[in-house]
Amino acid sequence: MSERLVGILVDSFGKILLPGLTVTIPLTVISFTLALIIAVVVALVQFAHVPVLQQIARFYIWVMRGTPVLVQLFVVFYGLPGVGILIEPFPAAVLVFSINEGAYCAETVRAALEAVPQGQMEAGQCVGMSYLQIIRRIILPQAMRTAFPTLASFLIAMVKDTSLAANITVTEMLMTTQRIVARTYEPLALYIEVGIIYLLFCTVLTRLQAVGEKYLNSKGAQRS
Amino acid sequence: MLEIRNLRKAFGDLQVLKGIDLDVNKGDVVAILGASGSGKTTMLRCLNFLEKADDGTMTFDGQRVELAHVTRTQVNALRRRTGFVFQNYNLFANKTALQNVTEGLIVARKMPRRQADEIARAALVRVGMADRADYYPNQLSGGQQQRVAIARAMAADPEIIYFDEPTSALDPELTGEVLAVMRSLAEEGRTMLVVTHEMGFARHVANRVVFMDGGVIVEQNTAEAFFNDPQQLRTREFLQTYRQRSQL
Repeated sequence: MSERLVGILVDSFGKILLPGLTVTIPLTVISFTLALIIAVVVALVQFAHVPVLQQIARFYIWVMRGTPVLVQLFVVFYGLPGVGILIEPFPAAVLVFSINEGAYCAETVRAALEAVPQGQMEAGQCVGMSYLQIIRRIILPQAMRTAFPTLASFLIAMVKDTSLAANITVTEMLMTTQRIVARTYEPLALYIEVGIIYLLFCTVLTRLQAVGEKYLNSKGAQRS
Repeated sequence: MLEIRNLRKAFGDLQVLKGIDLDVNKGDVVAILGASGSGKTTMLRCLNFLEKADDGTMTFDGQRVELAHVTRTQVNALRRRTGFVFQNYNLFANKTALQNVTEGLIVARKMPRRQADEIARAALVRVGMADRADYYPNQLSGGQQQRVAIARAMAADPEIIYFDEPTSALDPELTGEVLAVMRSLAEEGRTMLVVTHEMGFARHVANRVVFMDGGVIVEQNTAEAFFNDPQQLRTREFLQTYRQRSQL
């Protein structure tokens, strides 16, 4: 490897990592948090068979899972201004990623809710708890534990999917790398470098997932 | 104190309960016997509204409700005066033994935590589970889980406790420890309605036995008379199979 290339890689590492810390991670954390909130609401509406809302939930999941996230980004960022709705790149990305991810997470949470044995609900009823109390204190906590590994996978996937935001001018890691490539003409080395930084982020998350699962298992997560 | 009249329940075309009349007095320990599919469990579940009966009335401590047209408020009020023990325990998987007992007291009955903890610890002592208060259900054996479930059912000092085949999921050794707890509850004068296959319990702990078959009560009597002098042919057949089996 030439001295010049090493210099470029060392020099660019910090330049790529910085938007990783200031854009990719905040974008992921904010979007995923909102997605989880959406997911729990959408899953519960279906689990409890709330009329009308249940149908709206199915429609929402159908549309979000049935269209590419890149198309959704374009509709929000390039399309909506046509009807007078202008959204800055970062909030537009948060909006799309949270709504899109919410649909996938909702299905996971719904399946986990349905996997909680009926006896848990009955036991709650027999000690005099109301439906909502049982959902909030017994069913949902158990469902979230069941859903945890899948949700962790979605979170890891999202870290990488945020690179799509480059397409709507969000200056995240990939776009920063593209700019350095345009200047230095070293696409192979630099794209591998940004890939390694994504890998670093995901390695941390994978470790956190393992720690999280271990913690949950110590709190009665595994059914006997 | 509990009076059931004409309890009926069908699942689709299948008539499971064909008009049950049952009286339980305060302090009674009633064993409900019968073959699988005779409707025992369904009857018990109807009494605590886990299944909605199609017809019939319940008079609980002088308060009369139509089982098919019961309101949510009535259901909640009645459930707070009863306890229920399930065949497969149904302990809250995300709560410790202690929390399983306090949950209903704190959340449903709005009891201050300190008081609930005190009651729950006493209940766990009562069932011999005090040293496992902070264990999660998946860290307990079946017998231990069922004893915690009994503590949960009795913590709120219910007027009657329903047991739905409480030992059917347990091996003989674990069955023994659960039956011992139930026997001690009976001895302190708790009103209990117990669906069971444990003939020993029915004979020696229960003061009354109800025998069900095909969705009706075929025979009911004092425990002594039921086992020594069964009146109905079906009852005699039923007891005969048990006697044969215990001779093996």
